[in-house]
Amino acid sequence: MTTAPPAEQRSPGPSELERAFDAAVAAEERIEPRDWMPDAYRATLVRQIAQHAHSEIIGMQPEANWITRAPSLRRKAILIAKVQDEAGHGLYLYSAAETLGVSRDELLDKLHAGRQRYSSIFNYPTLTWADVGAIGWLVDGAAITNQVPLCRCSYGPYARAMVRICKEESFHQRQGYELLLALSHGTEAQHAMAQDAVDRWWWPSLMMFGPPDDRSAHSAQSMAWKIKRHSNDELRQRFVDICVPQAASLGLTLPDPDLRWNEQRGHHDFGAIDWDEFSQVLKGNGPCNEQRIDQRRRAHDDGAWVREAASAHAVKRRARATEPPGPPPAVSSPTPRHAPQNGATTT
Amino acid sequence: MTAGSPPPAAPAATSPSEPARLVGEDATAALMLGDDALILSHRLAEWTGHAPALEEDVALANISLDLLGQARTLFSLVGNEDELAFLREERAFHNIQLVEQPNGDFAHTIARQLYFSVAQEIRWTAVAGSPDCPTPIRELAAKAVKETAYHRDHAWEWTLRLGDGTDESRTRMRRGIEVMWRHTGELFVPIPGLPLDEPALRAQWLTALETVLAAATLTLPEGPDADAWTAGGGRQGVHTESFGFLLAEMQHLHRSHPGATW
Ligand SMILES: [Fe+2]
Ligand SMILES: [Fe+2]
Repeated sequence: MTTAPPAEQRSPGPSELERAFDAAVAAEERIEPRDWMPDAYRATLVRQIAQHAHSEIIGMQPEANWITRAPSLRRKAILIAKVQDEAGHGLYLYSAAETLGVSRDELLDKLHAGRQRYSSIFNYPTLTWADVGAIGWLVDGAAITNQVPLCRCSYGPYARAMVRICKEESFHQRQGYELLLALSHGTEAQHAMAQDAVDRWWWPSLMMFGPPDDRSAHSAQSMAWKIKRHSNDELRQRFVDICVPQAASLGLTLPDPDLRWNEQRGHHDFGAIDWDEFSQVLKGNGPCNEQRIDQRRRAHDDGAWVREAASAHAVKRRARATEPPGPPPAVSSPTPRHAPQNGATTT
Repeated sequence: MTAGSPPPAAPAATSPSEPARLVGEDATAALMLGDDALILSHRLAEWTGHAPALEEDVALANISLDLLGQARTLFSLVGNEDELAFLREERAFHNIQLVEQPNGDFAHTIARQLYFSVAQEIRWTAVAGSPDCPTPIRELAAKAVKETAYHRDHAWEWTLRLGDGTDESRTRMRRGIEVMWRHTGELFVPIPGLPLDEPALRAQWLTALETVLAAATLTLPEGPDADAWTAGGGRQGVHTESFGFLLAEMQHLHRSHPGATW
């Protein structure tokens, strides 16, 4: 839809704009930031991208917990890199949200005030090392199942962010699987640790797909706008079907006595999900809701003076740069020999 | 201990084949430098999820990962990396005390980074160019110079921002460079196996620091750069109190499952 001239150049009626928008969505064209879009479409995207971005950065916490205790240097390196990736995902997604006219600061304020959500899965605690593996295998796995279809989302910047993110999430999923495999084939204590982690993370991961279709508030409109491509229940089923054989190759069991192959449906049947638990955690009564948001706020508040210093310094530098040429400054900052890989500056 | 089956297919080691092991003084040098990198990496990783901005979560984790990579390469020259990291007692670690200092506020961390990364860049450059240093350490140094320059640049830029930012940041940065200063005396204590002109390296380091601190409207602290009795202590395995807690946390899980494969 990038070829459509900006709205201010001609002033067609809203119905014409809306028709063009609908046509673009129907034709699988991407909506870009400068294109006209319905207010409700914009609001839905902001809500979804913000929630996604918040999930990435809150999701750093349960795993970062284990960085300082990782039991081998190889695993430690993998874990640091993973948590760093999640911070990077947060950055891409806040940037995608910015293309819709909301700043990262605004969104963070809303997160800290409890006015925007993040994925409830991160309100569960990481109690043992095996939880790092279970999160990689199941939580990143569920995230991929959810997110691969988002790579074709109708909003261009979100779709493109998802392409980069999905690539990294699938690494995380494989690394988590491989961590559990090592434990499962390790000592008895290690195997028990892995099984316990899978027992605790299985049901919460199934809840990551959201409420069942008949109770999902935003689904129908999002599907029509091609923000969403598959229903919650479809994606959940897909995830279960993927996990069952993987659990078998891990030598671990899934904690669901009703889990079995259904020849007629060509899918696995599975037991009833405890939606009461889901809504309790959503309401703030999960084991870690308060702790996660407190840590976020603390990091943000403790860092306020640092961010203020960076802005004050940037202002001073700009002022110096516009001064009439005088004697050269005593020192200039060093030229980096290779650019910081990740844009390691703040503004 | 392991239940018969071999560890999973994924390749485990840093290097494709078992490298020739260093012995004697050369091994000591690799251990000392490896311990510096390992312990500072650990401290920096503690910031993950707590940094003042998302970009800094990324940057500090990045530097932490680089240092962990250096440590693993250096340990592989001496023995098994996990045995060296997880099964040595406190007195067997040879890192300088500077790198084990707790993170403190962001200014303390940046001060520690400034002192260390400027020194490390100078050291890796010197090692890479010195035919008298052990070849595998020279190879690592030549590779590490580039990433260390990025670490130095990161610390340098933040020193400027904090020193020449707000009144509060300037006060905090000044405090950071003062607190960390008393642990810098070990940076240029001669390392066995690395015949370098340490006084000349130190002079280079001081010049670089004076330059950046002046630009940040700060000055080098004037007090002693070592405690009364711990000067050179880290290299001899004498550490500060916080180090025991760091090791307890780092080693606990590994030690709880003797002989296990992870
Ligand atoms: Fe992610
Ligand atoms: Fe991930």
